[in-house]
Amino acid sequence: MTIERTDVQNAAHLARIAIDENSIDEFTQDLANILALVDQMQAVNTDNIEPMAHPTDAVQRLRPDQVTEVNQREHFQALAPATENGLYLVPKVIE
Amino acid sequence: MHNKTIAELSQGLSAGEYSSTELTQDFLRRISTLDKKYNSFITLTPEQALAAAELADQSRAAGNAGAFAGIPMAHKDIFCTNGIKTTCASKILDNFIAPYDATVVEKFKLAGAVCLGKTNMDEFAMGSSNETSFYGPVRNPWDTDCVPGGSSGGSAAAVAARLAPGATATDTGGSIRQPAALCGVTGLKPTYGRVSRWGMIAFASSLDQAGPIAQTAEDCAMMLNVMAGFDVKDSTSIDRAVPDYSQDLNNSLEGLRIGLPKEFFTDGLDPAIAQCLQAAVREYEKLGATVTEISLPHSDLSVPVYYVIAPAECSSNLSRFDAVRYGYRCDDPQDLEDLYKRSRGEGFGREVKRRILVGTYALSEGYFDAYYLKAQKLRRLIKEDFVKAYDEVDVIMGPTSPSTTFKLGEKTTDPVSMYLADIFTISTNLAGLPGMSVPCGFVDNKPVGLHVIGNYFDEARLLNVAHRYQQVTDWHQQTPEGI
Repeated sequence: MTIERTDVQNAAHLARIAIDENSIDEFTQDLANILALVDQMQAVNTDNIEPMAHPTDAVQRLRPDQVTEVNQREHFQALAPATENGLYLVPKVIE
Repeated sequence: MHNKTIAELSQGLSAGEYSSTELTQDFLRRISTLDKKYNSFITLTPEQALAAAELADQSRAAGNAGAFAGIPMAHKDIFCTNGIKTTCASKILDNFIAPYDATVVEKFKLAGAVCLGKTNMDEFAMGSSNETSFYGPVRNPWDTDCVPGGSSGGSAAAVAARLAPGATATDTGGSIRQPAALCGVTGLKPTYGRVSRWGMIAFASSLDQAGPIAQTAEDCAMMLNVMAGFDVKDSTSIDRAVPDYSQDLNNSLEGLRIGLPKEFFTDGLDPAIAQCLQAAVREYEKLGATVTEISLPHSDLSVPVYYVIAPAECSSNLSRFDAVRYGYRCDDPQDLEDLYKRSRGEGFGREVKRRILVGTYALSEGYFDAYYLKAQKLRRLIKEDFVKAYDEVDVIMGPTSPSTTFKLGEKTTDPVSMYLADIFTISTNLAGLPGMSVPCGFVDNKPVGLHVIGNYFDEARLLNVAHRYQQVTDWHQQTPEGI
């Protein structure tokens, strides 16, 4: 599969990462090289093989639906770039 | 004192030969004079260390101290440490003071260990040379023009330079074992799920696992005794009894069945490294082991499979760095999208961006089946190769790394050549198996690592196999000039 500048721009948008115009070519080349390495996978037939998501095929543990954490809002918000009245501040979203 | 192992220091503390305060001061002094050369630490915590040392001295005096009480050590800067800067070697976390302790950190605190500081690493553990760190590269104590390996390069270099007797590390594709090999120290990646990942900043969650780096297998056993165990806070932690890893170290290796995968010993392997490995295997034969050739037919696919699964998981995990709740935020964001994009664009380094883009691409509409699903299927084939091999053998041996340490800058312009540095270690992570790197010789005064892969939850056997070898060899005791 070939990769184009627009694929890189699209992935960067999906990942919400700004990439400056003059490094797009370099990223495109890097990704093309990585995907060429990855494409070795296509040589192997994998029909009827169950995909493996977890090394020991473990499944998610369940626990009773009980509150186990205490509220530490002030403690955690002390780390935030901007807060006000216990809320996280971001640029205005709704006019 | 700095050349002593954790086991020796523990005995010295018990016998009252020195106090933890003296030990801690000694290591802190070494770091402040020597680490300018290596850059193995990002953050030092002398005040907290001396306070912990004093507490340990008190509990030693009161007679209620465990084996690890008062032992200085270091944590890789991927583990959250309450009240202490935790960066993952990224600009995006340069201002992040972790609000809680990782389970691994908490366990070492409870054991009375003294944390000297946080070690340097590749940014978000993505790299094999420690050159992607926002805080600059780490230099290999064996040759400061060369890399220490990565991503746990700071932990490995700190132990090699005797700036700490042991350090925690993490391994997603070789990040404990490869730097251990390149720095001439001993490192163990446990079975996936053996050590809690809670508070360990996630890179690829189905592969990440924490483990120890130290001078010896005996010390790795002492550290794993502290680290291992079920943790209800990590949903992938495995609820299974933890043995005393120090107990079986001296077991006989008579009848041990060693498998050598023919795929690891090809013409492509550096003949000088192959010679070191052959000599190591002969030592094992002298210790009573038998050696057979085995096959891991899908091992050549492990790098391609890994470079789909790891970036895919990383692109998902690293979406949490949104510049809203913590971490770096760009100046003057115009709107929410601009805030996300510029903060992440400015906060992440090049290799991290590269992997997020690869992962995002592989998971995007129309490509998921061809990349991610295909990789997951091949991952099962890679695992099944190992399962089959362990019907015939007890441990598998090979090289940890295809080369000894290489020059800084040598591979930075070609990501794919860097990725191949982990060609022998990645399959272990894909299968979730435990693996160790043990010093087994030198080529041109650069350390070589023997890779020993075990069956699931067979860490005690790996440590036994490594320890017996270290009883009859002295590769692990050699130090770089001037150390």
